[in-house]
Amino acid sequence: MGLFILRRLGVMILTALCLTFIVFFLTNLGPNLEKLAKTQGNNRMSDAEVVQWLDNRGYSRPLVVRYGEWLGVVPGWTRVADDGEETGRCVDFGMTIADAPTLCGLFQGDLGFSTVSDDEVSNIVGGRLALTGWLMLIAFSVMVPGALTIGILAGMKEGSRTDRTLSTISIASTATPEYVSGVIFIILLASSTAGLSPWLAENGWIEGRTLFLGSSRSAMDDITFWNFALPVMTIALYGMGYIARMTRASMAEVMTAQYIRTARLKGVSFRNIVLKHALRNALIAPFTVIMLQIPWLLTGVVIVETLFNYNGFGWTLVQAASNNDIELLLSISIVAVIVVLTTQLISDIGYVYLNPRIRIS
Amino acid sequence: MDPLTWSGSLGPFLNPLMLGAVLVFAAALALNIIMNIIGMRPAEPIVNADHTISYRLGAPDYMLLAMKYAVFVFLAAVVIYILGGILQPSFEAKGIIGAVGAQFLPVWIALIATYVVSIKFKRRLGLYGKLFDNLVGMIGFGMVMFWVFTAIFAGMVATHGPIDVISSLRNDPPGTGVTGVDGAFPYYLLGGDGLGRDVFSRMVMGAREVLTIAPFATLFAFMVGITLGLPAGYLGGRFDTLITFLANLVLAFPVILLFYLLVTPEIIEAGVPVYMAAILFVLPIGFIWVLLYSRYRAQPHIIKWVAVPIVLLLLLFYLGTVFRFDPIVWLATSFIGYLNQGNPVGEWMQTTQQAYEPLIGINIDGNLLIVFVSVVFVNSPTVFRIVRGLVLDIKTRDYVAAAQTRGEGSWYIMLWEILPNARGPLIVDFCLRIGYTTILLGTLGFFGLGVDPESPNWGSTINEGRRLLTVYPHPPLPPALALLTMVLGLNLLADGLREESLKD
Repeated sequence: MGLFILRRLGVMILTALCLTFIVFFLTNLGPNLEKLAKTQGNNRMSDAEVVQWLDNRGYSRPLVVRYGEWLGVVPGWTRVADDGEETGRCVDFGMTIADAPTLCGLFQGDLGFSTVSDDEVSNIVGGRLALTGWLMLIAFSVMVPGALTIGILAGMKEGSRTDRTLSTISIASTATPEYVSGVIFIILLASSTAGLSPWLAENGWIEGRTLFLGSSRSAMDDITFWNFALPVMTIALYGMGYIARMTRASMAEVMTAQYIRTARLKGVSFRNIVLKHALRNALIAPFTVIMLQIPWLLTGVVIVETLFNYNGFGWTLVQAASNNDIELLLSISIVAVIVVLTTQLISDIGYVYLNPRIRIS
Repeated sequence: MDPLTWSGSLGPFLNPLMLGAVLVFAAALALNIIMNIIGMRPAEPIVNADHTISYRLGAPDYMLLAMKYAVFVFLAAVVIYILGGILQPSFEAKGIIGAVGAQFLPVWIALIATYVVSIKFKRRLGLYGKLFDNLVGMIGFGMVMFWVFTAIFAGMVATHGPIDVISSLRNDPPGTGVTGVDGAFPYYLLGGDGLGRDVFSRMVMGAREVLTIAPFATLFAFMVGITLGLPAGYLGGRFDTLITFLANLVLAFPVILLFYLLVTPEIIEAGVPVYMAAILFVLPIGFIWVLLYSRYRAQPHIIKWVAVPIVLLLLLFYLGTVFRFDPIVWLATSFIGYLNQGNPVGEWMQTTQQAYEPLIGINIDGNLLIVFVSVVFVNSPTVFRIVRGLVLDIKTRDYVAAAQTRGEGSWYIMLWEILPNARGPLIVDFCLRIGYTTILLGTLGFFGLGVDPESPNWGSTINEGRRLLTVYPHPPLPPALALLTMVLGLNLLADGLREESLKD
């Protein structure tokens, strides 16, 4: 087991290095750097000035060297201008080269500087991650129990009317991407001219003009049911169907097992068969699926945060990518990659732990 | 001109009927669930002494019957609305629902024809025919074909041009009359969007946009996934380790981050899509060559006269599409130019060589190419994993051992023994994956990545409409529902196919 985890960790680190290098490569392509120079410097710079600008800021050296600098394994660049002003990757404003550390990168905990927000990347990412963490947490606490219940109810009698109805519902939920369900939810529940809200307001059953709030901006300070229900529902709905179908398949398989038949022949009641005999074994497979859902939900989070104006991690990703904020984007991808790989690792370990029949060679 | 009502002249009769059907259905469903909880069950069949079967119907059975008839009444009302829309002459009488139904007339005809022919010959049509034994599959197939026929007949269905602007109709509600434009359709059936374009026509034209990219991108993803997955699963070893690592690498990338990095004007300027297309599109050609070669190795005349020309043609197409390069034109102009050095013919050849259009190949716009390539890139690792898993399972079968004993080559076994036996799960996944690709394309449109802002693509239409969503809900709703029904149809179709193929 220990060796297995070590090997997985090794592959994980290799994957993380490859992925960040790809992101580094794509964000540092020539045209991207030119755009950066023009947005940061002057929009009407000539080609020679762009080259000069990039040269002064250390962008014109080989890609691999700069990637090493960003990781913190290669000493950061330094430069002494003609007027004696000393600048460098690790040289903060007002420092001299002698005072500054030689290495500054990911391994030293220095994530760099966001060119658009004018702030340290580490300051930005932390707060945004916390906001998204709340969204994910609440969405998961709605989605997982709901999906498991639907899956178990559908899978305990395969082919029954309940099964067919619930299976169709879960298929419908997997077919509704967030940008469709979000729009429909807003129109139905948070529009002042359509859906339920005008009718409820007319009868005086709700205080404001709409039942739920269509924007979750206020949820960044204070989460309430009214400003957070719609984004949570939107995220939960898309993921729910998939987990429910996996649970159903696993449950249906367990229900055909020999030991369930034995229990039934012994005269155990159906309720006890489901709750005491089948449930534990049926939940092994969905566990893996649930863990692997987390990275999948990332896309959903980006869509939902954009749609509902919630300035979390996904919203930051959109901002960083559309402004080519290289260092912010790199940190975001590091975080995303770590989340993806950790959930994969947990899902593997959890699977082995929950299912004693599996032994890793 | 007064705006149209939703239901027209049939409304006073049909609306109460539909409302009644919905209420009956809801009440019966609620009662049925309550009865189930307190332990009442639908009747079980009783075998009588004379070997006949009878049922003693109880309350839950009547609830189920009530639900069934409520659904029938509702559907009948919808059909009458559409028929009314087709048969009644004036737009006031048709109403919005009827008029929309009448616009879709070619689609209805094509759908009915498809169903009549398919059901009539279903015993002779293999897996496709079996689909018509399955209610869920049939419903899904209907939803998919509805959009396929809409895309085909989009020119006849749409009432206005997808980018025609009538600025006085900006954000106007459904059914508003069009005035002041000669020869145009007299109504904006589903209203106008923020720029004064017809929402209905944009939705219809959007079907064409979505259905030209999604199936092809999925097909390419499958060819790439199969070409890499077969040898990885069958041969194993270092190749397998390497490709599996690369596939996991792509899968560990959050899709949205990849799209944001890849689908930008700067990346297109840097030429990345062309390199990616060069790698991804060459794999299917290699696949087709190996497919033909492994089968007809012993018949050189077929290789010479069929396989080689097909592959050469595909290569020309590949060069013409990806690199905009045509070796025939290039060689011809170089040769004639060389012979005619210094005279006008030679100069003309030189200018032709610098700016010619390849004879074979399509000119794909950079934006479209990057969208296509990224969608293929994101989908193919998953297909690879599915194919690899199937191959690992199938290669232990006896018929594979028999082929190995017979002395067949590895590629023959992979392509002509293993692949045909893996087709069931692959077809099902193909349907699901078209749906997923549609969702991905919608996501790209939603973030405005790589699509022309004028394009009636469903994703970008939803994105445009969401800014004023709470005030004007009508522009983003039709494309949202269109995307929903199409993806749902594909999912139901896949479910039906899976069920029917498992019955074998």
